[in-house]
Amino acid sequence: MSNRSPALEARSVSIGYKESRRSVADNLSLKLESGEFVSLLGPNGVGKSTLIRTLAGIDEPKGGEILLNGYRLLDMAPKERARRVSVVLTDSLPGTMLSVYSLVALGRHPYTGLAGRLSTDDRARVDWAIDTMGIQNLATRRFGEISDGEKQKALIARALAQEAKVLLLDEPTAFVDLPRRVEIVNILRELAHYQELAVLASSHDLELSLSCADKLWLMDSEGSLTTGIPEDLALRGSIAKLFSGDFFQWDSESGGFQVRGKPGRFVRITGQGEAFHWARRALERIGFGSRHSEKAELEITVSSDANGDPLYQAVFSGLPKSFTMLEDLIGWIRGTEKSDTLL
Amino acid sequence: MNKRRIALWFTFLIVLGLGGLLAGICLGSVNIPLIEVASSLFGAGSDNSTHSSIVLEFRLPRTLTAALAGAALAVSGLMMQTVFRNPLADPFVLGVNSGASLGVAIALLVLGPGGIVLASQTPLSGSLLVVVAATIGAGASLGLILLLSSRVDVMSLLILGLMISYGVSSIVSILIYHSMADRLQVFFNWSFGSFGAVTLRQLGLFCLVVLLGLVSSVLLVKRLDAFLLGERYAKTLGLNVGVSRLAILGCASLLAGVVTGFCGPIGFIGIAAPHICRYLFRTSEHWILLPGAILMGGLVGLVADILARAPGLEATLPLNSVTALIGVPVIVAALLKQRNYQRIFGE
Repeated sequence: MSNRSPALEARSVSIGYKESRRSVADNLSLKLESGEFVSLLGPNGVGKSTLIRTLAGIDEPKGGEILLNGYRLLDMAPKERARRVSVVLTDSLPGTMLSVYSLVALGRHPYTGLAGRLSTDDRARVDWAIDTMGIQNLATRRFGEISDGEKQKALIARALAQEAKVLLLDEPTAFVDLPRRVEIVNILRELAHYQELAVLASSHDLELSLSCADKLWLMDSEGSLTTGIPEDLALRGSIAKLFSGDFFQWDSESGGFQVRGKPGRFVRITGQGEAFHWARRALERIGFGSRHSEKAELEITVSSDANGDPLYQAVFSGLPKSFTMLEDLIGWIRGTEKSDTLL
Repeated sequence: MNKRRIALWFTFLIVLGLGGLLAGICLGSVNIPLIEVASSLFGAGSDNSTHSSIVLEFRLPRTLTAALAGAALAVSGLMMQTVFRNPLADPFVLGVNSGASLGVAIALLVLGPGGIVLASQTPLSGSLLVVVAATIGAGASLGLILLLSSRVDVMSLLILGLMISYGVSSIVSILIYHSMADRLQVFFNWSFGSFGAVTLRQLGLFCLVVLLGLVSSVLLVKRLDAFLLGERYAKTLGLNVGVSRLAILGCASLLAGVVTGFCGPIGFIGIAAPHICRYLFRTSEHWILLPGAILMGGLVGLVADILARAPGLEATLPLNSVTALIGVPVIVAALLKQRNYQRIFGE
């Protein structure tokens, strides 16, 4: 396995629009291996879609070369390329009254003859793709009539029907609700692991990517790429560097984002368990940092009452008070703050 | 839509189409008994040689022309709608009809008065002149568009077609503005459209070109399906997008061009017939829509022709008005029934 060429390889590739002289990103060298699920992350407008289209052979690279199993992508016959790479794009599909089955069956184009008739093998592959995405019940529905999440699944099924070993997806989970997002990402990961596909999906969902992807490709606004497994990138600070902004920061400890607190307001919070975690989140949300507790103006102790329900004991501006609901706690803090400023 | 319903609809359309052909041959301003029509058609000779020649030399070519022209326009419109992903595209989006009308305008309004051909005084050579001029005009605009098609993307091409149409139409307007009234009448007669201008002698050529176009369109079914998802997806399905687009637009424009050349610019069939098919068959797949459009287009052509002849009345109606009067209520009814443009024409 080790000396085999990667499923997809980019060698010092420059990407960008054909018409403009400027490229979006230069000198990208990347390897996408069979059996791995890679998440491509980066802010809007850095060129994630352009990169995916270029790797898929839709857009031509402005420089460098792209290899599919060691063969140059641009030298490949269109049909041959279609059998090796399939895509899910963000392009809208107006004017289509196709049933979901017919849409998925379009993936068989590189294999069917002039008339496009499906053989028994073709039908088996289409059925497999539909089963894999769990959309058997949608097969006879028209594509225009199903929900956004179902549409994404149908489009992925279409790509799977193409039987390519490299699957490139541009934001397959955009406009999809959380449970379905997790479901889709999970299916993609399993396809990589069990069907030996090389899967690359761009995403805005950092937390999901961190917990599911085998590797991350981080693309920054200068057009350079950092790659690695999620944990290494988190530890090295690459994720913090890419995503932290004026309004929120990456919290490496919890593996998520936090809205930046107003400077100079701190809480000393003690306790443990879930209630402690969520109390801290609630306080951070309203602008209390919990890291420099020596400067704290607010003290909270999280414990539990006789029934095991959480109990929040607070001291703010010298006033002590207890709460059983976080909503009441937050309301009280806000109210006290307001009367303080009025005085 | 299950296969049985599709088969049922196709059978229904074929029966209606055959009925339309028969009605087209039987109906007209002169009342000819059915038995005489049959004997004229099957070569048994008729007691009435005038009736026989009306059937063979006027009604038969006219009816066949109506069916073939309708089918050609419907298929052409379907292909344009698919490639441009625009439900309002018709066979003439790329300016084939305005090219043809410029050709005819030059022949009738510029060359004619110059003494080269006196079209109105020699009917046969006159009608042939119009056909040749329209075909050259349509061919020239088609060539220009296909030349441009490899340089720009598909949306730009649509706009270029529109611009070429506007430009050419304004040249035609200038020619009309400076022309004599009797010449204008000939030009306007052409621009109203008619299935009756194709003579028995020209019919063979017309049939040949239309059938060639229809057969080519059937061979393009798979490529057309790939275009449903847009050109980017089509490319990732292994399609050579440039070549396919050229082939589809070429075929569609050939069909539109030959019909315009022989029958004048006939509106509405090309936009209405494919929509009726989508509405009937509830699909975008071309292996259903394309044969459907051939049948539906042919049927609409036949019905329009019969109505334009206004059987029983002493007058004829301009064909273009008839096609619009058939097409508009169909689309309006479909819209009102569905209350939603997207559910008729796709998402």
